[in-house]
Amino acid sequence: MEGKTPGFDIGAGQIPGELHLAAGQEAAAVGVCHHLRDYDTVTAPHRLHHIAIAKGVDLNRMTAEIFGRETGLCSGKGGHMHIFDMDVGFAASEIMTEGCPPAVGAALTAKKRNEDNVAVAYIGEGALDQGAFLESLNFASVHDLPVVFVVEDNDWAISMPKDRITAPRDGSKRADGFDMTGDRVDHDDVVAVYEAAGEAVGRARDGNGPTLLEVQVHRRMCHFMGDPQTYRSKGDQTAHRKRDSIERLAEDLRAFDIGDEELEALRDRGPRSCQGGDRVGPKNNRSPSRRLLTRTCSPTHPRE
Amino acid sequence: MAVPADLDRTMTMSGAMVEVIATEMRADEEMFYMGEDVADCDGIFDSTEGLREEFGRDRIMDVPISETAYIGAAVSAAQEGMRPIAELMFVDFFGVSMDQIYNQMAKNTYMSGASVSVPMVLTAAVGGTYNDAAQHSQALYGTFAHLPGMKVVVPSTAYDAKGLMHNAIRDDDPVVYLFHKRLMGIGWLPAPDGPKTGVPEESYTIPFGSADVKREGADVTVVTLGLHVHRALEAAEDGVDVEVIDLRSLVPFDEETVLESVRKTGKLVVVDEDYRSFGVTGEVISRIVENGLGDLDSVERVAVPDVPIPYSRPMENEIVPDSDDIIDSIHNTNS
Repeated sequence: MEGKTPGFDIGAGQIPGELHLAAGQEAAAVGVCHHLRDYDTVTAPHRLHHIAIAKGVDLNRMTAEIFGRETGLCSGKGGHMHIFDMDVGFAASEIMTEGCPPAVGAALTAKKRNEDNVAVAYIGEGALDQGAFLESLNFASVHDLPVVFVVEDNDWAISMPKDRITAPRDGSKRADGFDMTGDRVDHDDVVAVYEAAGEAVGRARDGNGPTLLEVQVHRRMCHFMGDPQTYRSKGDQTAHRKRDSIERLAEDLRAFDIGDEELEALRDRGPRSCQGGDRVGPKNNRSPSRRLLTRTCSPTHPRE
Repeated sequence: MAVPADLDRTMTMSGAMVEVIATEMRADEEMFYMGEDVADCDGIFDSTEGLREEFGRDRIMDVPISETAYIGAAVSAAQEGMRPIAELMFVDFFGVSMDQIYNQMAKNTYMSGASVSVPMVLTAAVGGTYNDAAQHSQALYGTFAHLPGMKVVVPSTAYDAKGLMHNAIRDDDPVVYLFHKRLMGIGWLPAPDGPKTGVPEESYTIPFGSADVKREGADVTVVTLGLHVHRALEAAEDGVDVEVIDLRSLVPFDEETVLESVRKTGKLVVVDEDYRSFGVTGEVISRIVENGLGDLDSVERVAVPDVPIPYSRPMENEIVPDSDDIIDSIHNTNS
């Protein structure tokens, strides 16, 4: 197994567990979530932080959660793969496509309450073959629900390229079998995603049913931090790095006479919205708090 | 027994459950019921009899045969503040939807640091005794009770079914409500006499974690649940003074009632329709050994041996515990 050794011990670092970074997938998050409101629901899979940021999740408390602190969004019990921020309608499940049924449920709730809320379920292209996704497409279509399924196609299901495990190549064609609108944005362009998502979210919000939207993104980094990517050619890694949607957007903006200074100012605004490690709360105590063994149930009491 | 003796209105267990669901649905427009064949068919096991007529197909919803999709939809609707009941037609079908049950429904409250609640009821038909074979006859009580984050309820009478169902619907956390097919009072699957009981018209709750002494006795404690409450009561007529405890809920588990009984009798027989190993019988005995070892003189357990439920009638009858098996174990505690 030479060469498969991770770059570091993922059980020993400051961030516990296998962290999945989302660099290269920003367009899918921003392009879609820009159309959403706080009360719209988003469910996300294990590679989720770009989506969480785009949906408006509390960054300080998310950071604290990533570090496993009790000040985190989930009191350190959920971790970076299971982020919940109900103030902005964000929930995540690490199990492939199992966020789709809950998104369908949020859409069903909106329909029952006659509200114009929309639900968005994000999955990766590696999950196109999972039952929960296919069941959810049918359920959403037959009940005409306000939900958008967003497939982030980064070409890789850990080590397996899409064309080796999934047919058809264009995942949005899954929609055809469910009498649903399907669409695919085939390049890493946040503006193109924004336009396609505008159609899809608008369709849902207007009560005209669900959409399946596949968005081509790319995986700039490894599957999880420390993954040596022995399965992936250097050429592929280099090609992916050339597809940065942030650079593409910068080019587009320059074409509109936005100067480097303004672009730098925009870039600086991002990091400042999160206060960083010092503000995320104290490091974990050696002895976990009493809350470790509680709250499998709600803190509220049953209705009488 | 907890049932008031003077009740002249008797009901089947399914009738009592349906009455509760209707009462709660009238009071709360945010309640709805999802399942396969629950609308026009009234539920295969009469679990929704007449409800579609009153509430319509929007609130008594037939769903695609997609347990993952609709149970997951119920999880999220509950998180949004609605009060869904999702019916898994046979508990044996949990395999195709278990992720939504144990990774989402049961864990979201804990994983989110209690920032979400999942106030839903998952109902499912359990049990054998009618030759439906290995994939339609299991109890699986222990499977659900083993996994943290969900309450697990098993009624054995109409009276209990009503109080437990009110409590299940009003609970702010996920409740798995397992009803035994043989107890429902279905025309094509006749129930024994026991589950049809008097049921008050007014609403009442039975708190979870309150086991019920269905028969008081001084010599041997028999702890059981579901159908086997009735088989244990039948066995108790064999001459030994048996105390029969109906657990009614596994999660939470009423340890105190069992301990108190064992302090009196010193003899414990645990009876379960689930598999023998790593299940309810082992857990009950373990709790009593941990906290009441000094009171225990003798222990027996009666359960399904560790094989799938066979189809043939004599074969199934052989492995599902009956009153004779319970009588034998009661006698064994005295030998």
